[in-house]
Amino acid sequence: MSSDGMFGEFGGQFVPEALMPAIEELTDAYDRYVQENEAGFMDDLQSHLRSFGGRPTPIQRADQLSERYGCEVYLKREDLVHGGAHKLNNALGQVLLAQYMDKERIIAETGAGQHGTATTMSCAHLGMPCEIYMGRHDVNRQRPNVFRMRLNGATVNPVDIGRGTLKEAISETMRDWARTVETTHYVIGSVVGPHPYPAMVRDFQSVIGREAKRQLREEIGELPDAVVACAGGGSNAMGSFAPFVEESSVDLHAVEAGGSDLSIDGDTGIAPNSATLSIGTRGVLHGSHTKILQDEDGQIMESHSVSAGLDYAGVGPELAALVESGRLTAATVDDDTALEAFHRLSQTEGIIPALETAHAFGYLEAHGEALGDTVLVTVSGRGDKDLETVIEESHRRELDVGFDLSVFDAEVQ
Amino acid sequence: MTDPIAAAFIDNPAFIPYLAAGDPGPFDEPPSADDAVAQTSAYIDALVAGGADIVELGLPHSEPIADGPTIQQASVRALEAGMTPDRFFELVDDLPADLPIVAMTYYNMVYRYGGSPGVDEFIEAAAAAGVDGIIVPDLPVEESDPLCAAARDAGVHIIFIAAPTTTDERLAAVMQRCSGYLYVQARLGTTGSQTDVSDQTRSSLGRVRSFETNFERDPLPKAVGFGVSSGEQAADIVAAGADGVIVGSALIDEITGAGTDRARAERQLEALATELAAGTERGAARRQSGPERT
Repeated sequence: MSSDGMFGEFGGQFVPEALMPAIEELTDAYDRYVQENEAGFMDDLQSHLRSFGGRPTPIQRADQLSERYGCEVYLKREDLVHGGAHKLNNALGQVLLAQYMDKERIIAETGAGQHGTATTMSCAHLGMPCEIYMGRHDVNRQRPNVFRMRLNGATVNPVDIGRGTLKEAISETMRDWARTVETTHYVIGSVVGPHPYPAMVRDFQSVIGREAKRQLREEIGELPDAVVACAGGGSNAMGSFAPFVEESSVDLHAVEAGGSDLSIDGDTGIAPNSATLSIGTRGVLHGSHTKILQDEDGQIMESHSVSAGLDYAGVGPELAALVESGRLTAATVDDDTALEAFHRLSQTEGIIPALETAHAFGYLEAHGEALGDTVLVTVSGRGDKDLETVIEESHRRELDVGFDLSVFDAEVQ
Repeated sequence: MTDPIAAAFIDNPAFIPYLAAGDPGPFDEPPSADDAVAQTSAYIDALVAGGADIVELGLPHSEPIADGPTIQQASVRALEAGMTPDRFFELVDDLPADLPIVAMTYYNMVYRYGGSPGVDEFIEAAAAAGVDGIIVPDLPVEESDPLCAAARDAGVHIIFIAAPTTTDERLAAVMQRCSGYLYVQARLGTTGSQTDVSDQTRSSLGRVRSFETNFERDPLPKAVGFGVSSGEQAADIVAAGADGVIVGSALIDEITGAGTDRARAERQLEALATELAAGTERGAARRQSGPERT
């Protein structure tokens, strides 16, 4: 990254002038506290991540999958972070940073509700008032997380514009910020948005890859041949990849949501997928120049995925740059394959993964034998929040999941 | 030939209404794109009859992050009715040549126009259609060099926004690049109606003027927008030293409030435009007569 927040041609700061002074203030705070550990900020964060967040998380050899694919499969268990996903690494970092910056209030968007939950938990933990914006469609399909956020004392504002998913939630949070920027910090949940967010969120999340690299060295004494992570906005992917980007022997694989179909329909403005890195084109969305799903006029498409956390028409600019340079392989896994992988991991390894995470394991099923001798897969979150969706979708798609789903008929009316 | 935007500020402060192009108003079933565009033309006629000096026309984008609910809804209606960049330029091309037109849109619309990434094609099409100036609310000065360069070559103004949060250092960068007029944002937030904007306006205008004095820059006309909805507010803003008043959401509220009765929407639009234009002139008279200018 260059000093102006560019990753090659991607990145930048495309936000209204009214927000630019706050972006400058945040950039200054990021430089001083995060990059230079001023006032011991990073030590303070590490202490909170340990005692409150449950870090470090283990790596685990997946014995059944290793046998199935004929290679050593290691799992980085971010599902064991407090809250059940990697999202806390970033949310806790930003809420703590907001305190160091003397901000009085926190706002955030959320898609699946994992980032929202991580933010409200962090705010409750650190004593900051908090408001979350969440698309109406996501509120309905991720009800347990909405309840968790309210339990933490936060206000959850449903967003009724458009299809009511992550894209609309981000736009609405930016509108709140435009009113309240002098006292409020906006905790963006992924490696998206204007500089310094993509770099800052990557730095907070790269604890995933840093720990895994050290743990693999201790356990097997070498680097993996491949790192596999699912990517929506891309915070889990960037956090897993960042410490390996300079290691040229390590292949990096970002797995996107292929949804039901990889086509896009410019007339209806609908893309039945969220495969931004794979089929997106250059454009500007939510503050940065990156790859996006858009029609020929530059209107942003409505993306789709069975997994709310991957359902986004944009992606982090650094990931777009890594794909463009050939350093990173982007791939897609469709809804059915992800659901099957969800069941497989649950049954063979005893880990019920988030639907987002299941996409990485769908990729492993398709390509596991060709990824090398040692493969590191990030389990970005646990699947408790997705159980209702998985029951409904598995039933509707008549998936063979190895047991009888009809017992749930009463619940799926 | 005199620059049309500069001409609009000569002698009297300018009244500058905003509309979302291609928004026909509320509908049960979307009208055809041609009908929607024709309706926008009729609304513009009403604004001109009411005393508009410059018209700002929004080219709708799916993610209007700087706009409040009123303009968001108008953008959604326009997109549902089939508004596209090409129809936008046709609409502008068909307007009277002596009416200064400023296009307002988000950067991705500029960047993607013509099918390949870059700003040149948008600027060429805008200049050919008779667009006199462009406002891109999500384009801060840091990212604006390519657009400013292309616009300068094509003789199109790039109008920047100065916000209440804009620091002196940033104001210097904004003033260096801004041409046509400076859009002075009267308050924080997104676009939309508000009651009292005069105190913030006075301090913002004072800062811009002292900047011009200190740096010996040729003064730019200063037009104030965000939250203006009445003739009295327009008068206060001009009395406080503004060279122009920008009104968007309050006018669109008139269109929305008329439901599906387009003739009524046109009448109400003209009535409010007349009130706002009169307020603008009243403010100018107060300014000339009195001690209000700070």
